[in-house]
Amino acid sequence: MSVIYLDNNATTRIDPEVVAAMLPYLNEFYGNPSSMHSFGGQVGRAVKTAREQVASLLGALDSEIVFTSCGSEGNNTAIRAALAAQPDKRHIVTTQVEHAAVLNVCNQLEKEGYRVTYLSVDRRGQLDLCELEAALTGDTALVTTMYANNETGTVFPIVEIGSLAKAWGASFHVDAVQAVGKLPLNMADSPIDLLTLSGHKLHAPKGIGALYVRRGFRFRPYLIGGHQERGRRAGTENVAGIVALGKAAELTQQYFTGSVAIAHEQVLRDRLEQGLLATISDCEINGDPAKRLPNTTNIGFKYIEGEAILFMLNQHEICASSGSACTSGSLEPSHVLRAMGLPYTTLHGSIRFSLSRYTTIAEVDRVLAVMPGIVQRLRDLSPFKDDSADWLQDREVALA
Amino acid sequence: MWDYSEQVLEHFYNPRNQGALSPADQPGVAVVYGEVGSIACGDALRLHLKIREADEIVLDASFQTFGCTSAIASSSALTEIVKGKSLDEALQVDNRAIADFLGGLPEAKMHCSVMGQEALEAAIFKYRGIEVEAHADDDGKLICKCFGISEPKIRRVIAENDLTEVEQITSYVKAGGGCGSCLADIEDLITSVQAELAAKAPAKVAAEVAIAQEQAAPPRPLTTVQKISLIQKVLDEEVRPVLLADGGDVELYDLDGDRLSVILKGACDGCASSTATVKIAIESRLRERVLPSLVVETVAPVA
Repeated sequence: MSVIYLDNNATTRIDPEVVAAMLPYLNEFYGNPSSMHSFGGQVGRAVKTAREQVASLLGALDSEIVFTSCGSEGNNTAIRAALAAQPDKRHIVTTQVEHAAVLNVCNQLEKEGYRVTYLSVDRRGQLDLCELEAALTGDTALVTTMYANNETGTVFPIVEIGSLAKAWGASFHVDAVQAVGKLPLNMADSPIDLLTLSGHKLHAPKGIGALYVRRGFRFRPYLIGGHQERGRRAGTENVAGIVALGKAAELTQQYFTGSVAIAHEQVLRDRLEQGLLATISDCEINGDPAKRLPNTTNIGFKYIEGEAILFMLNQHEICASSGSACTSGSLEPSHVLRAMGLPYTTLHGSIRFSLSRYTTIAEVDRVLAVMPGIVQRLRDLSPFKDDSADWLQDREVALA
Repeated sequence: MWDYSEQVLEHFYNPRNQGALSPADQPGVAVVYGEVGSIACGDALRLHLKIREADEIVLDASFQTFGCTSAIASSSALTEIVKGKSLDEALQVDNRAIADFLGGLPEAKMHCSVMGQEALEAAIFKYRGIEVEAHADDDGKLICKCFGISEPKIRRVIAENDLTEVEQITSYVKAGGGCGSCLADIEDLITSVQAELAAKAPAKVAAEVAIAQEQAAPPRPLTTVQKISLIQKVLDEEVRPVLLADGGDVELYDLDGDRLSVILKGACDGCASSTATVKIAIESRLRERVLPSLVVETVAPVA
């Protein structure tokens, strides 16, 4: 039996066509794209083609794409660049459910004297646009939000957020690491100024990403040095990674234009989700059922703990992830699920399954076959059976 | 992914003694349970004990646990450890005994073993009619507000496990793992407890030496044979493993009074600066472990 990989929001399998495309640039074509000889020049052309492929996927211009090393670099670069573009403004608006690569940068900027508003989310993980509108001021330099949430798949109303940001003269950055490859995007008719993507979330390797920078945006480089990427990101290009990302972008675009595409993932995701909800009691979907990534389902199983579920799944070679405290290494459960106000009975038992275009119906059915037994085994071990019997929570409250 | 021992996974996949115990149905036998943790914290354990009242022997034990892999494995291990013990013996079971039984736990998971120990204590206290609320750990200043951990509890875990770093406290009792605002306070507690431990240690050693001196004849100077055998032991156990790891070696050549000759071999041989460094290192180790007056000289190996 082979591994059933349902953790595609963590990372994805590198498409075999992507591997084939990048390999020559790890073997014979090792030239430096900046060199003034045709040996290097042919490599430069490969980088150019990759840039066109990524731009095409985003509906952007080639000159609007800057290659980076990862999503974190893209987010750091974008946030710093946006603040440098409007140096007199000292206010940032973001959300409580961002990835650490945005949240911790904002925490750091607070220490550097910026004022940061962290917008709350509701039970579905969705923003309140009125709260955003109330937060914006003439001093707001940047609004930075994710496109879609990595844990729940909830998709934010990007156009509405962008319009509000523009109305107040703020730059708009979007961390689209989870959206690119899962949803078709078009920068041509979007209010986004800066957009981050990461290669390994769309079947390219780890160590390559890109930042979209709208034409005309006053950009300041984060990594300073050579003239690579037209002076916007110094450092000799990760050519094999760039070629891989280009190929992955091309394949993704083909996948989108094929009519079965997104429907495939969504059909399987729905089959998985509905199957689990039908066969297991006391569980619920975390996220916005109406506006959600087509590949993601996050389900809270009451009265049991997520890490234990993952180890049980691991026995069946099924890969998923959890927002429980025990999987985070930080002792605190997921900041996203806490921001959504989930009850403790569900919080620690949340499991995320994230599918890809490689996921098969047989794999989904395998999960449906083993999951009820796993949940039952752990519930048999648990002292908690229903909400009223939550003796320990009562005591904890009494102590505090 | 956590690097769990085989024993942890074995007890997780095949837990022993799970579920509740049925109420006592014969005279002279009591069934009690102790609880610790909460669903808010992410782990909770209810330990059930069946106790023969005449001699306070644990006839049976079982558990119900909400928690991760290592919390379930620790609970299972705990029930195996306490079965057949008297309550006084069971009270001696500390968190380390549980971790050791499982072939060790990842440091960040040590709080699972602490939870086991606390549930055991809670169950026994309950049987003996001692109010859990009166337990010393719950009194005193609250240090970690996120996880509700008090100063006495942090002091106890530092002393029992000889902890020296804040991260360890977080791993053992979760304190400091939330907002992090108490980390400085925890650091102060470590300094304070470690100072107390250090103050106790010399007194203990002095007492042991005094007892030893009473029992044994007054110390005599080491004979040459004793010196050689001690030097050889220290070289074999403490010096050579380090040198071997770097591709070198050392051999005891001769001893004349307190003058010791050694031959350095392998990677150590032939490099003047490394020879000097190694000589000083060996000399200081032997002076510390065998005799303060020892002098080490190196002899060139036979070509």
